This record gives sequence, structure tokens and C-alpha cells, in this order.
Amino acid sequence: MGAAVETVDRTAFVEWLERVGDSALILGHRVSEWCGHSPVLEEDIALANQALDLIGQCSLWLEYAAEVEGKGQTADHLAYRRDASAFRNPLLLERPNGDFGHTLMRQFLFDAFHIKLLRALKDSADVRVAEIAAKAEKEVAYHLERSADLVVRLGDGTATSHARMAAALKALWPYTGELFADDAVDRAMAEAGIAPLPSSLRAAWEATVKLVLAEATLAMPGEVWQHGVGRTGGGKQGVHSEHLGYILAEMQFLQRAYPDATW
Amino acid sequence: MYAQLVKSEGAKSREEMLPEEIAFQDRIDRGEKIEPKEWMPEGYRKTLIRQIGQHAHSEIVGQLPEANWITRAPTLERKAILLAKVQDEAGHGLYLYSAAETLGVSRDEVIHLLHTGKMKYSSIFNYPTLNWADIGAVGWLVDGAAIMNQVPLQRTSYGPYSRAMIRICKEESFHQRQGYDIMMKMAAGTPEQKAMAQDALNRFWYPSLMMFGPSDKDSVHSAQSMAWKIKINTNDELRQKFVDQTVPQAKYLGLSVPDENLAWNEDKGGYDFSEPDWSEFFEVIAGNGPCNEERLGARVKAWEDGAWFREGLMAHAEKAAARAPVAAE
Repeated sequence: MGAAVETVDRTAFVEWLERVGDSALILGHRVSEWCGHSPVLEEDIALANQALDLIGQCSLWLEYAAEVEGKGQTADHLAYRRDASAFRNPLLLERPNGDFGHTLMRQFLFDAFHIKLLRALKDSADVRVAEIAAKAEKEVAYHLERSADLVVRLGDGTATSHARMAAALKALWPYTGELFADDAVDRAMAEAGIAPLPSSLRAAWEATVKLVLAEATLAMPGEVWQHGVGRTGGGKQGVHSEHLGYILAEMQFLQRAYPDATW
Repeated sequence: MYAQLVKSEGAKSREEMLPEEIAFQDRIDRGEKIEPKEWMPEGYRKTLIRQIGQHAHSEIVGQLPEANWITRAPTLERKAILLAKVQDEAGHGLYLYSAAETLGVSRDEVIHLLHTGKMKYSSIFNYPTLNWADIGAVGWLVDGAAIMNQVPLQRTSYGPYSRAMIRICKEESFHQRQGYDIMMKMAAGTPEQKAMAQDALNRFWYPSLMMFGPSDKDSVHSAQSMAWKIKINTNDELRQKFVDQTVPQAKYLGLSVPDENLAWNEDKGGYDFSEPDWSEFFEVIAGNGPCNEERLGARVKAWEDGAWFREGLMAHAEKAAARAPVAAE
């Protein structure tokens, strides 16, 4: 455990670790919903692999969150026994899969953010955070390579594939702002040298997105209303969409129905 | 064992064979591998396409009953293991479609035959996964039965099929162990968990026995396939071996095999057991199993919904090729 933990507000640190861990968990869940149903066999394999990476990352982050919290919980307790309002993933990641174009666009918009975050976290003052980020970065670099490549090919494919990717971009863009909205937890992490301020990643993210969308012949969306950044907050503060409740009802079913069982 | 009732060509006696057929049979008898570009009887090629295609389809359709529990897996570790396993199954499908391609049939062609009901997949995947122990039972019993058939197929006469089987068997034995591991947890768990484990065994026992195909006396296509070493053991031999291996494992779990006629037979050195209901088997093969519509429907929907995706990628590849500078005029 790195030295930074001793000097930072533990509640904020746990909350921040849950944000990173829940993001991997909820996106991993959504991606895993495609298993056996994707448009081509290679995609079934790639998506299962990606979901597997994300569930692995989630385990590492939530295990650390449970340790820092120090209440004798495990990653499984955090994943399976918290209710929706205790989840800290941004709203983008709980958006329903939609068509395959929506799924890919959601993935791309997040991957482009995720990679910048993980690269910054490799220099975290907290050794454990830096270690987890270094492991995850290798996986996410590949996620981004793949999602960016597919966004380009489908954007610049047929008129239909272009239209679907444009529709996905339009639908998901209003959920990107939350990724970069700083709050008190973020500021505490930045002050402790644990994590960058989300807003500091925005310019680099925009540069990547702009480049890929241009190659995909998709227009960069302009300024639009953003969900989850207003006074009531968004997923990062535990104020979710209706979708998360259903994800959790499904995911947590066995742990909730048989609380005394071990699996 | 993901290929059942594979229709083979009629067996010929040596006297009826053409000279090249005799030479081909001699190569097989000497244990040589047949490779893609070499001469082979048309019946050998057709039978292999049916068998490998059916096996590939089983891997792909077989993702569905297990994927049914990925989003509900009870721990992060179980979820990760199940994802890895289902990913392996898709990978097996990929090797097998590739093996079939070496026989001159494209993946799209055999997938079309699946979607139009002209090719089958294993009957077992038409049964539902209703509780978490079913995921254990699928690994333990279904993958266990598959291994029973696929281990000998590593020695099959067709080179690409044999090599695919070697890779697949390595992964399947891991799958079986993880399935048994789930069963051990469930059988040693709370009364509810133990009940789920018993329920899973009750429902999957006979469908697993059906995986080996009908009894030898009713299995009309075996002789030629065995001469060609496309099939190595008879259905009944493999079924017996499976029962003999599995009954002690069920005992170890403290679960009862749902067969009142099950008894050790000292003379044959194996268990006597009840045959599955073969009329049910033929109904399931004919499309009337509990999940046939959902399984095939899910595959057809995935294919149709994904058409725009595949077309988009093709169109992009053509544009990129047109933009690329021509290397040499």
C-alpha cells in the first residue's frame, strides 16, 4: 500500500476507487451481454475477451477499495451487495447496448478517456494504484485500438453503417461530459497526488476523438446539454439512470437470494 | 461429442473400390494423416464437412446456454472464469470452421446451412440452464461427454481436424474441471445449493447420455466413418465409458444419478444403466426440444442484425483497397 493512503481522506479514496472499479464492472457487464449474439464470430471472441479484461480490472480496484475502507469487506461484497445509489460509475457506461454501433461507440468514447486516465495513474503517488493502472493500461490500449479501428471502418463503410455510427455518436455524446467533471473527491485525489483531475484529461481525449471521427467521416458534435453534471450530480455521485437498477437486479440476484451461500 | 447422427456414405467392400480408393484406405490403415490438397473420396470429404460443421455449430450454439448465466454469475471470479470458458468455445468454433474450409466449403456457407435447418448442432444445447448449478453440470457432464469423444478424435485421419482436436481437448479438460469445481461448491453448500446441484444432475443426466448418439444397433452410418477413422469408437462404447467415469464422481459429490437401474456389473466391469428416451432425442434433433426455437432464433437474429456491420466492414475494405497505391503496373 502506497504512502499516500495515510495522508488522504479515506472516504474520498474509497469513493474514487469505486468510481474506477464500478466503471470497469458496469461496462464489463454490458459488453458481456453480447456473448453469443454478436454479428460475427471474431466479435464474440473479442467482446468476451474485453469483458474479461474489465471484470479483472474491476476485481483489482474493488479489492483495493475494500482494503482501504477497512471494514472487512471484499471486492465481491462491493460488487454484489451495494444498491444502485452506492455505485459510482458514470452514466455513459450503463447506457443500454443498443445496436452494435452504439456498443462500439460507447466503447470508443470511454476507451479514449480510460487510456488517458490509466497512463496518468501510472505515476500515482499511491504505489498500488500505479501498479493496477500499469496492468490495465496494456489491456485498454488494445481496447482503444480495436474500438477506434471499428469506428473508422463503420463510419467510412456503407451509407447505412455511417448513419448508424452517426446516430450512436449523437445519442452518446451527451454522456461524455460527466467523464471530465471534477468534484470534491477528484480534487482530494489530485491534491494527494493519487489521480489527475478529470478535467485535465479532456484536451487529450478530444484530440484522439477528433482524429478518429475525422477518419471515420463523422462530424464532431458541437456543444450540447450534458447529463450528470448539474446540481444533482450523475453516476459518479450515485445518481443513476433507471438502467442501473436492472443491471444490478440481474447481476446480484444469487448473492441477494442466497445471502448465506458461498459459491 | 458434438456430432450426432452424421450421415456417412455407404461402406464399400475392398472388391468394389477403385484403385485410388484402395490406396487411400491403405494410407488410413497405416495411420497416415490426410492433408487438404491430397486426393480423397468425395464421400470422405462430404462426411467430414458434415461432421466438422456440426461440431463447429455446436460450439457456437453452445455459447448460448452458458452465456445465459454470465450476467448472473455469483462472484467476480466465477464470472471471469465463465467468460473465459465461453470465449474458448467461440475459439473452438473458429478452428473448426477453418478446418471445414480446408475441405472447400466457406464458413458463410455452412452457417447458412445451420440457419436454414439443413445442418444440426448437438441436441444437448436445446436444454435450458435454469439454475447456477447447471453451469457446473454443463462443464462436468456436457464437456465431460465431449472430451470422451474428442480425445480419440485427436487421432482422426484428417490432419486439420486432428490438430484442431488436440488444441480443443486441452481447453475442454480445463472446462470440465471448472464445472466439477462449481458442483463441489454447490453440493457442499447450503441445502438450497445442494438441491440446485441435484436438480441440475437430474435434468442433464439423460440429455448427456444422448450426446453419444443412438445405440450402435440403430446407428446406420458408423461403419464407413470408422473405416475412414473419422469416428474412432462406437456410440455405445463411449456412452459406457462416460457412465463408468461419471457415476463415482456423482457419488463423491453426494448426489444421486437419476436411474433406479444403475448397478455395477462385475462381469462386464462396468455399470448397467437405463437408456435415455430415444423418442425424446429424435424429437429434439427434429427441432422440438425445449430451447430449439430460442437457440436457432438467437443465432439467426445475431446474423441478420449484424448484416449492416459486416457489409460496412467489407465496403470499407474495398474503399481502402481502391485508395491504396498500386504496387506494380
